[in-house]
Amino acid sequence: MTETVLKLNDITMQFGGVVAVNGFSMEVNRGEIVAIIGPNGAGKTTAFNVITGVYAPTNGSVELHGETIISNYPQGKMRKLYAGENNGVYEQLIRKTPDKITKLGIARTFQNIRLFKNLTVFENVLIAKHMNIQSNLLSAAFMLNRKEEQKMRRETDELLNILDLSDVRNEISSSLPYGKQRRLEIARALATEPSLLLLDEPAAGMNPQETNELTRFIHRLKDDFHLTVLMIEHHMNLVMEISDRIYVLDFGKLIASGTPEDVQNDQRVIDAYLGVTEDEQ
Amino acid sequence: MKTLDRKANYILSAILAGIAILVLFYMDSNRATYSYPLAILQRSAIYAVVAVAMNLLTGFTGLFSLGQAGFMAIGAYTVAILTIPVELRPDVYYINGIAEPLAQASAPLWAALVLGGLLAAFMGFLIGYPVLRLKSDYLAIATLGFSEIIRAFIAAPLLDRVTNGSYGLKSIPGFSSTLISFFVAALCIFLMVLVIRSSYGRAFKAIREDEVAAESMGINLFKHKQMAFVISCFFTGISGGMLAVFMRSIDSKTFQIGLTYDILLIVVLGGIGSITGSILGSFLMTAGREWLRFFDDPLVIGGFNVPLFRSGFRMVIFSLILMTVVLYYRKGLLGNREFSWNGIYAFLQRLSQRLKRQKVSKEVGKDD
Repeated sequence: MTETVLKLNDITMQFGGVVAVNGFSMEVNRGEIVAIIGPNGAGKTTAFNVITGVYAPTNGSVELHGETIISNYPQGKMRKLYAGENNGVYEQLIRKTPDKITKLGIARTFQNIRLFKNLTVFENVLIAKHMNIQSNLLSAAFMLNRKEEQKMRRETDELLNILDLSDVRNEISSSLPYGKQRRLEIARALATEPSLLLLDEPAAGMNPQETNELTRFIHRLKDDFHLTVLMIEHHMNLVMEISDRIYVLDFGKLIASGTPEDVQNDQRVIDAYLGVTEDEQ
Repeated sequence: MKTLDRKANYILSAILAGIAILVLFYMDSNRATYSYPLAILQRSAIYAVVAVAMNLLTGFTGLFSLGQAGFMAIGAYTVAILTIPVELRPDVYYINGIAEPLAQASAPLWAALVLGGLLAAFMGFLIGYPVLRLKSDYLAIATLGFSEIIRAFIAAPLLDRVTNGSYGLKSIPGFSSTLISFFVAALCIFLMVLVIRSSYGRAFKAIREDEVAAESMGINLFKHKQMAFVISCFFTGISGGMLAVFMRSIDSKTFQIGLTYDILLIVVLGGIGSITGSILGSFLMTAGREWLRFFDDPLVIGGFNVPLFRSGFRMVIFSLILMTVVLYYRKGLLGNREFSWNGIYAFLQRLSQRLKRQKVSKEVGKDD
């Protein structure tokens, strides 16, 4: 019995006259690693930003564990401008800010690393633990929440241990080598105790050896933390090796989906995207 | 490089604090002789509270607000109205009279200070709703506007019977002992340090570093910005109240935009994001202006009257010094670090090494 964790229904994101994502539907099941691929500007990161609440979609809805967390339909100016599909299907208006969505169990990393640059590795992860704080400002300031504070610190240290970042615990995060910064960003996301992890190009800028390590790392994380993973990636080797299923976007439209083999043999995908990698080989 | 351990740090800090307290006690017991330096130190301590409160916003939460003068005015007027002795009030409000409920209302100094802080905080809470949705410069412009509105309100004829309009308030009883002002200032700064070091303070820093990332870490941006803004306003209000007690007479012109710029200068000079920097900055700024007073007096060398030495010249010198500091210390005197004995120790070590190297190179030069 597969349980759907995340479901996107006809997500359309239109900026002015530009339709960045057009009627995109997808599902992610518990324990899966799903990848979204597509050429530059296909709307992958936009889809991520819709899921995490950074953008409110123009039309469509997002469900998490069967519960609708985001839903919108063309309003105001967009009523006239709307160029997508499925107009009129969605009538609910549900919006959540990114912090609320993180609290529901979706954590993400960013395409261009967004660490808290002037803070230490330890602080970076510890801040993510602030989300579940029970004590109010006064008791936190007067250190009356020692138990809670100690728990936050202990959990942070445990996480750093698991992710092999203990040795750089007190370094300023921007001084870390690139690969470790990526890993720290994942650690920070995991500190929010998510059930679904969104990785935006985790292998960007990595050499083949680092990419291999990353493959094993993601597998390990998935098992250790009982995660479901949705990722955007350009490294075809990584994507084909790691994903259970793949969705292919081109100019905002879904052009193919299925297992890595299905996608690799799909003529439209080869035309749109994979042809490039053949040239490189 | 060798560093000092924790114990040595504590001992050195305790010694410094002890010396400071002893000196203050000594000066306070001989108040007649030391009234001038004491006044400078008091003003510095009061400015230090506002500067740290501003740093909490600008340096730790990344919100650039220029509303300090307005919130100080709220605190100052609250304290003034509540502490002027009841029997002196008819003299103070001799033109327009005083509004009936206020004629008898009075409170002890500490309660008036807290109430002034709370009123400023409440005002900050209300203003925060529209204003904190703005970012960077726009936030500064909006808070600056609100600060001027508060000041204009205080001077408005329709509040004549409350604030005495443009005549200002006088006969405010001063601190019964100068030590009280230092104690209150230290307490305020200590409380702000506690906030910054708590989990909420870390969330503030996260917002400063990267709003998008902070939000995706589950930090409610608006709630935490509002929190930082209200805390900052609270302590700004308290320091405004202390300023009123220190100056003993206030009017709406005291809280013009120039006051905010003075505080901003202190924060920038000390280092944005450094509490000890703000404290150091406020003492240097306030004291610096006074030390340079001899530039204001005419200078006669051997019968020749040196030009430029006349009233106002010290501000030229002061500005030149400030420019030099900003040129050589781009991030302020302490940057975003805190003062530490280790820092001083390392500095001394570097200095001695450099001296040694110079000696060696000189000796080598002799051999040639």
